[in-house]
Amino acid sequence: MELELSSEDAAFRDEVRAFIAENYPQEMRVPNPETDLTKEQSLLWHRILHKKGWIAPLWPKEYGGPGWSVTQRFIFEQETSRAGTLPPLAFSVTMVGPVIYTFGNDAQKKKFLPRILSGDDWWCQGYSEPGSGSDLASVRTKAARDGDHYIVNGHKTWTTLAQHADWIFCLVRTDPAAKPQAGISFLLIDMKSPGVTVRPIITIDGSHEVNDVFLEDVRVPVENLIGEENKGWTYAKFLLGNERTSMAGIGRSTRYLGRLKQIVRTEIGEDDPSFGEFIREIARVELDVLALEATELRIVAQMSRGIDPGPAASLFKIRGTEIFQRITDLTHQAIGNYGLAIREHPVSANRFMPGPDYGHTATEKYLNSRKLSIYGGSNEIQRNIIAKAVLGL
Amino acid sequence: MDIQLTEEQELLRSSIQRFLREQYDFDERRKIVATDEGWSRRHWKSFAELGLCAAPFQENSGGLGGGSLATMIVMQEFGRNLVVEPYFETVVLAGGVIEDVGSPEQRQTFLPKIMEGDAIWALAWAEGRSRYDFHNVTTTARRQGDKFVLSGTKAAVVGAPWADKLIVSARTSGQQRDRDGVSLFVVDRHAANLHLQSFKTVDGRRAAELTLMKVEVPASQMLGSEGEGVAALEAARDRAIAALCAEAVGAMTELNSATLEYSKTRKQFGVALGTFQVLQHRMVDMFIALEESISLTQHLNLTLASKEPNGSKLASGAKTKVGYAARFVAEQAVQLHGGMGMSDELNIGHYFKRISSINVQFGDPAYHLMRYAQQS
Repeated sequence: MELELSSEDAAFRDEVRAFIAENYPQEMRVPNPETDLTKEQSLLWHRILHKKGWIAPLWPKEYGGPGWSVTQRFIFEQETSRAGTLPPLAFSVTMVGPVIYTFGNDAQKKKFLPRILSGDDWWCQGYSEPGSGSDLASVRTKAARDGDHYIVNGHKTWTTLAQHADWIFCLVRTDPAAKPQAGISFLLIDMKSPGVTVRPIITIDGSHEVNDVFLEDVRVPVENLIGEENKGWTYAKFLLGNERTSMAGIGRSTRYLGRLKQIVRTEIGEDDPSFGEFIREIARVELDVLALEATELRIVAQMSRGIDPGPAASLFKIRGTEIFQRITDLTHQAIGNYGLAIREHPVSANRFMPGPDYGHTATEKYLNSRKLSIYGGSNEIQRNIIAKAVLGL
Repeated sequence: MDIQLTEEQELLRSSIQRFLREQYDFDERRKIVATDEGWSRRHWKSFAELGLCAAPFQENSGGLGGGSLATMIVMQEFGRNLVVEPYFETVVLAGGVIEDVGSPEQRQTFLPKIMEGDAIWALAWAEGRSRYDFHNVTTTARRQGDKFVLSGTKAAVVGAPWADKLIVSARTSGQQRDRDGVSLFVVDRHAANLHLQSFKTVDGRRAAELTLMKVEVPASQMLGSEGEGVAALEAARDRAIAALCAEAVGAMTELNSATLEYSKTRKQFGVALGTFQVLQHRMVDMFIALEESISLTQHLNLTLASKEPNGSKLASGAKTKVGYAARFVAEQAVQLHGGMGMSDELNIGHYFKRISSINVQFGDPAYHLMRYAQQS
C-alpha cells in the first residue's frame, strides 16, 4: 500500500531508497540488531545519517533538522523501517532532543544538540522507578538544592541501554510538599558523575537491554535543569507524546510476517494438523497490518492537510504492539521443536545453536516483545488516554 | 489516502444526511418495515430525485460519474439510518452488472429506469447448497431457438418480492461446480412459471426463494457473454463488498456513539457506567475497530475506483476484517446496553441484526479469510 505521491515526493522516496541500499552498513546486518551490536557498531548508521543531514527528521531546520514535510517524514520512516535499518537511538534524537530545543535555554541547546545529532552523546531515560510502573508522577528520586548544585538521591530502573549512556535525563522531585505532578523537575545528569552506578537487569530473553541506575549524592549543576523548577511534568508529557508517534511499526511487522510465512512454508506440511490454523492466523494478522497501515496513511494524509491527529499515537501503540507480539508468538510456534532453544548472551557465532538460521531469534523475540505492551505507557494506559481524550469518559 | 471529499461528494453526503434526518428517523423506518410491502416507494422516488440512483454510474451511461466513492458515501449514510429500500440490490448489484457486462442496448434499456427510480432489481445467484460460490449452480438454461428455458431454484434473493426485474444465474453448459458455463439472464419478475416464496429477513427486508419451472427468456436477455457469468458475479461481489463495508461502517458509527452516550447517562451503583474502566477499555476497542474499518473501507473503495489489480483480494480482506470488527462492535453495543440492548424498541438491536445480515451476504468473514489467505 502506498501513499499517492507527488512527483517530488516520489523522487524523494527513490532517493531515500537508493541511499539506504548504498550506505547501510553490512556490519549491522546481524540476526538481532537490538542485542547483537556493540555501541560503536550500532552508531555506524547514526553517523552516516548525520553526515547526510537526515538524522533528526522531526527537528526544526534551525536546530539541524532536514526541514521535511509530514509526507517526507513519513516516507523516510516507511523506507527505513521496510529496509530493516536500525533506527537511531530514540532517547537521544526523538525524546530529549525535542525537549531541549523546545524548553531548554540557549546554552543548553548549544551544548547538547550538536552532540545528540553527531552521536557523540548517548542518552538514556531516567523516568521509571521501582514501584512507579506506568504511574510516572509517583517519582521519588529527590533533588535538593545546594548552592549552584542539586544533590540527587534515588533509584531509576528499566533504564534502556544505560550501560552505553553518556547522559541521563531524569524526572526528579524538587518539591516534596507539592501534589505529585507539581513538584517534579527535568534534570540532565552526566553519567560520569560520582555517585552514579549502573547495574544490569537481565530480561526473560536473556539479553541485557535494561538497567538499574542508582543515584547517590550525585552533584548536578543547576544549569542542567530544563526550563523551570517544578515544571518537569509538562516537559515529561511532551516527551511521552513523541515517544508514541511512530509505534505502528508497519515496516517491521511486514518484514517479520514475511519471514513467518517463509518458515511456515518450509517447516509445516499441509498434512500437519496445525497447518490450517497457521494459514488462518497469518491471514488474520496480515489483515491487521493492512488495516493499521491504511489507518496510518489516513492519519498522515490528514496531518499533511493540517488536521491534528489527536490520540492517533495511542491507537498505533496499542495495535502496532499487539500485532507484532502476535507475529513473534506465531513465529515461535512455527519453528516447532527448536522453540526449545534460545541464544545465549553475549551472543557469538561460535556458540552452537540448533535448527535453521531463520529460527534462531524466534524464541528470544517472542519473549522480548512482551515488553512492547508494557513500556512507553502500557497498552492499558493508552486505552485510558483514548477513553479520556476521544470518548470523553 | 484519506478521502478528502470533492465539493460534489460533500454535497451528495450532506443532501442524503439532510433527507434522512428529516424524513427517515427510526420511527419512520419502523413504520416502513411494518407495512405490507415493507419498503417505501415514496422515499425511493426521493432517493432518485436526490440523484442517488444515478450517482455511481458513468456519465456515458447517463449517470453522474461518482463511481465507487459515491456508492460508499450513500451506503455509509444508509447504514447509519438502517435504510431498507433496495438501493444495494438495484443500483449497486444489478445496475453494476448491467453497466459492467451489458450490451449497449441493454444498458440503454435498463439503466435509465434504474437511475430515475422507476425499476427495482434483484440479483439471484445463490442456491440452496451453493453457499458463497458463484460457480456452484444447478439451475439450467437450455437454448431453444431464439430463447432460453430456465429451470431450477435460487435461494435467499433479497429484494426479489419488490423487484420488477431479476438477474438470474443459470448453467448453459458444464457440470454443477464448473467455473465455465454459468450465464446471467434478465428475467421479468412476473414471468410465467416463475414462483416466489417470500419471507421477511432478520434485518427487516423481504427476500424470496425462487422456483423456475421452464421459464422462457429471449436470448437477447442474456447479460454478458455466454458461460462467463462467474467472472461478472465476482466483479459484482467486489463492488458489493465495498458497499457493504461502507454500510457496516455507518452502522458501527451509530452503535459506538449510542453506546458511548448511554454509558455516560445510565447509572449503576450510583455512578455512570462510563466510569468503569473495564467498560471504558471495551469502548476504546470499539473505537479502534471502527477506525480500522473506516481505513480499510476507504482503501478498498479507492483501489476499486482506480481499477488497481489487487482489488478482489483486498475486497476479501476488507470483508473479513470489517466483518469481524462490525460483529464485535454490534455484540458489545448490545452487551453495554444491558437489557435494553435486547429490546426490539431500541434501535441498537436493529443495527446488530443488519450487521449480522451483512456478515452473511456475499460470503462471511471466515469464507473471505480463507479466500484472502489463498491469494497471499
